[in-house]
Amino acid sequence: MRPVTHNTKIKTVEAPQGFTGEGFFTTKLSEAVGLARANSMWPLPFATSCCGIEFMATMAAHYDLARFGAERLSFSPRQCDLIMVMGTISKKMAPILRQVYLQMAEPRWVMAVGACASSGGIFDSYSVLQGIDQVIPVDVYVPGCPPRPEAIIDGFMRIQDLVKAESIRRRESDEYKALLNGYGIQ
Amino acid sequence: MTNEEIKQKLIDKFGELVYHFEEPYGMLTFETETNNNLKVMTFLNDDADLEFTYLNDLTAVHYPDNKGKELAVVYMLQNIKKSIRIRLKVFTDIQKPDVFTASNLFSTANWLEREAYDFFGVNFVGHPNLIRIMNVDEMDYHPLRKEYALEEQTRTDKDDDMFGR
Repeated sequence: MRPVTHNTKIKTVEAPQGFTGEGFFTTKLSEAVGLARANSMWPLPFATSCCGIEFMATMAAHYDLARFGAERLSFSPRQCDLIMVMGTISKKMAPILRQVYLQMAEPRWVMAVGACASSGGIFDSYSVLQGIDQVIPVDVYVPGCPPRPEAIIDGFMRIQDLVKAESIRRRESDEYKALLNGYGIQ
Repeated sequence: MTNEEIKQKLIDKFGELVYHFEEPYGMLTFETETNNNLKVMTFLNDDADLEFTYLNDLTAVHYPDNKGKELAVVYMLQNIKKSIRIRLKVFTDIQKPDVFTASNLFSTANWLEREAYDFFGVNFVGHPNLIRIMNVDEMDYHPLRKEYALEEQTRTDKDDDMFGR
């Protein structure tokens, strides 16, 4: 019988900077929390069009988004951290997208995948919303029509960078409140 | 059942009310008076020889230059048993675009007429529920008419030189 081989080349996330002592490790709370959040983001795939197909490829085995912690997708906004809007959003869909965004709990991030979600794409017409940032605040835009799975993963990694660097008090700051008020969200 | 035979049957039944017979790509096409559309379609549907019982499509076209007859409503019917298609056009004035509804005869005409209403403003008389079907409910104009541009008019960030709108 051949001997069992275990995967010995495991990558771990680097620990944040801190002060180590005999049996303890101190660091900033925001860094520890950011690290935990970034490596276990639960996305909501709001897939409408072709970019949704590219997302399916990204979640599949070859490009595997689950390596980055996005193992558990849910279609419920109540349980997700990140909403990935992938595809053309028409003007009829815009209030629905806004309603889904409102149902998310803080902290929440938004990623606009593809040209249509970022700016309306090639559909400069009476029925297509010219970019989801007309109805919800967006954190990361991934350009492409459709973007390759590597590009979607890159966008996800930028979201992870934002999450790691976010301060604990950001969601209560005046700037953030002003941003949400600009969209008519309390 | 050739196109000639169908044409002859229609002329025998309706005489001067059906006209402008053409055969683009082999598909018999004719026009009729605006308030005669239902009678012609009922005849095509019920006649034992003709049996055009399947409504393929119902659309509208806007011809801004035909004063008095700007909106055309186009019906495409099919005889499934003999695999023949036929096209019927009725023209109506854009100021008062009333056309009798075909939804009592063909159930598919229900949504197809809602679409023609939504995009062109054709008012189908007798339709059970003539409201917008695809556009936003609050939209107050009919987008596919020729006077409206295709592009979104409220954008401020597109450079007109580069994008030629």
